[in-house]
Amino acid sequence: MRRTVSALLRKELLVELRTLQSVPGMSLFAVTTFVVFHFALNRDTVDGDLAAGILWVTLLFAGILGINRLFVADADQGGFDGFLLAPVDRSAMLVSKVLTLLAYLLALELVAVPAFGLLLLGTSLGPGLPELIATLALGDLGIAVIGTLVAALAVHTSARDLLGPLLALPLLVPIVIGGARASAPLLATTHHSGAPGRWLLTLGLYDLVFGLIAFALFDFLLED
Amino acid sequence: MYGKGLRTLSIATVIAMALALGLVFFYAPLEAEQGFLQKIFYVHVPLAIVALCGFVIGGLLAIQHLRTRDSRWDMRSYVAIHMSLIFAVATLITGSIWARASWGHWWVWNEPTLVSFLIVFLLYATYQPLRFAIEDPERQARYASVFAVTAGAFVPLNFIAVRLSTAYLHPRVLGSTSNLPGSMALTFLVSLIAMALLYATLCKYELTAKHTRAQVRALRRRLSGGEPGARRSRSAAPTLPAGAPAGAASAGRTAA
Amino acid sequence: MGISILADTPALPLHEAGKYVAGAYVVLFVILLIYVAIMALRLSRIERELGELLELPEQNTQEEPAALGRSERESTPA
Repeated sequence: MRRTVSALLRKELLVELRTLQSVPGMSLFAVTTFVVFHFALNRDTVDGDLAAGILWVTLLFAGILGINRLFVADADQGGFDGFLLAPVDRSAMLVSKVLTLLAYLLALELVAVPAFGLLLLGTSLGPGLPELIATLALGDLGIAVIGTLVAALAVHTSARDLLGPLLALPLLVPIVIGGARASAPLLATTHHSGAPGRWLLTLGLYDLVFGLIAFALFDFLLED
Repeated sequence: MYGKGLRTLSIATVIAMALALGLVFFYAPLEAEQGFLQKIFYVHVPLAIVALCGFVIGGLLAIQHLRTRDSRWDMRSYVAIHMSLIFAVATLITGSIWARASWGHWWVWNEPTLVSFLIVFLLYATYQPLRFAIEDPERQARYASVFAVTAGAFVPLNFIAVRLSTAYLHPRVLGSTSNLPGSMALTFLVSLIAMALLYATLCKYELTAKHTRAQVRALRRRLSGGEPGARRSRSAAPTLPAGAPAGAASAGRTAA
Repeated sequence: MGISILADTPALPLHEAGKYVAGAYVVLFVILLIYVAIMALRLSRIERELGELLELPEQNTQEEPAALGRSERESTPA
C-alpha cells in the first residue's frame, strides 16, 4: 500500500511540476484576491478577526480551484480505468490524491501567507507564526480530505465545475470556523495567549472523522 | 409493498397532531419571558429535530444501499432526504418568524440551531442537482448514497462546530430545551412524537406513490407486449425495478 | 403566579405575538397543503394512465391499423 501511494504521489507531483496547472494558478488567485479585498474593504491594513477571515476565505477559494482540477485528468484521459486494472488497494488513490492536494495547499500557502503579511496584515506575522503554521496545516488536511472526496463525486457529473464548490463549501464551514477562530488571536495587534487549543482540537477531530469516512466511501466511487 | 400500514400510520399521526395542538394551546402554561410567543417553540424545535434525524436516517439508508446494491434502499434514502429538506425549510421559516418576533430581525447569527440549519440546508440542496447531473442510474444511485452518508455524518459535526463558535458571544435567544417545567416538557414530547409520525407518514406516502407509478409503468410495458416503450427522460429520482411478481401478488392480497 | 401577570411581562404584547405564532403554524399547514396538492396531481395522473392501460387490450384485439396503436402509446407521457 505504501509503495502504491508513493508511486502515485510521485506521478501526481511530477505531472504538476511539468504542467504547472494547479499551484501557480492557485497562488496567483490568492494574491489577486488580497488585492481585491483591499479595494472591496477600502482598508490598508487588517488584523485580528478580519485578517483571519480574509486569509481563510482566500485560502478556501484558492483551494477550490485545486479541487476542481484534481481528478479532471484522470477522468478525461482514462486514468481511472488504468488504476482499476492494476492489482492494488483502491484506497491508495484516495491517500495519494489527499496528499497531493495537501501538497498543493502547502505550496499555495508558501506564497499566499507572506503575500498576505506584506499586502494586508497590519501586524507582523512573526510572533504567532509557529502556531499559525500548525493551524494552517490542520485546516489544510481537512480541506484536502473533503476536497478529494467531493472532487471524486463531482468529476463524473455533467456540471463538475459547479457541483464541486457547491458540495465542498458547506462541508468546509467547520474548517473555516476552527481555522479562523484559531488564527484570529495570532493575527491581532495585541498578541494574546495564542491559538486556543479548543479550535485546534476541533480541526483535528474533524479531519480524523472525515478521513475515516472518506476512506470507507471512496472505493464506492471508483467502481464502474 | 409500501402502502401497507399507511392507513394506521396516518390515523396515528392525526391523533398525535390533534393531541399536540390541544396541549400547546390549552394546557401548556405561558412562559415568563416570551409569553405567548414561546408557543412557536412547539412547532419549530420538533421540526428541527425530525429534519436532522431524517438527514441522518437518509445517510443510514444510503449505507444499506451501498452494502446491498438494492435500489429500494436508494429510493428510501432519497425520500428520507427529500422530506427532511422540506422539513428543514419549514424549520428555517418558523425560526425566522420567531427571530423576527423576538429580536426584530428576520435572521440572527447568534442562534446556533438556525445557523447550523442554514448550512445543512445549503448542503442538501445540492443533493438533487447532483443526482440530476449523473445520467447512468446505477452510478447516480451510488454517488448519491456516498453523498448521503457524508452529509449525514456532517450534520452532527456541523452542529457541534457552530455551537462552539457562538457559545461565547450571546446567550441563546430561543431558550434551551433542558430544565423545562413538567407540563411544558409533556407538551413538547407529544409535539415531537406528532412531528415524527407526520414525517414517517409523509415518507411512506411518497414511497407508495413512487412505487405505484413504477408498477403502472411496468404494467404498461407488459401490456404493450414487452416493448421497451418510450425512453425514460433524464431524472433525479431513483427508479424502482420493474414490478416484481411478488409485489403484484401481495398487492392483490392487501388491496382489501 | 397569575396568568394575567405573566401576560403583561412578555417580550411582545399578546395580540402581536399571536400573529407571529399563527404565522408559524400557518407555514406548517400551508406546506402540508402544498404536498397534498402535489400528491393529488400525481394520483390523477396515475388514474389517467391506468385508464389508458385498461383500454389497451381492447384496442389490441380489435382490427386496427398498427399505426393508431403506436400513436396512442406515444401520446402518453413517460
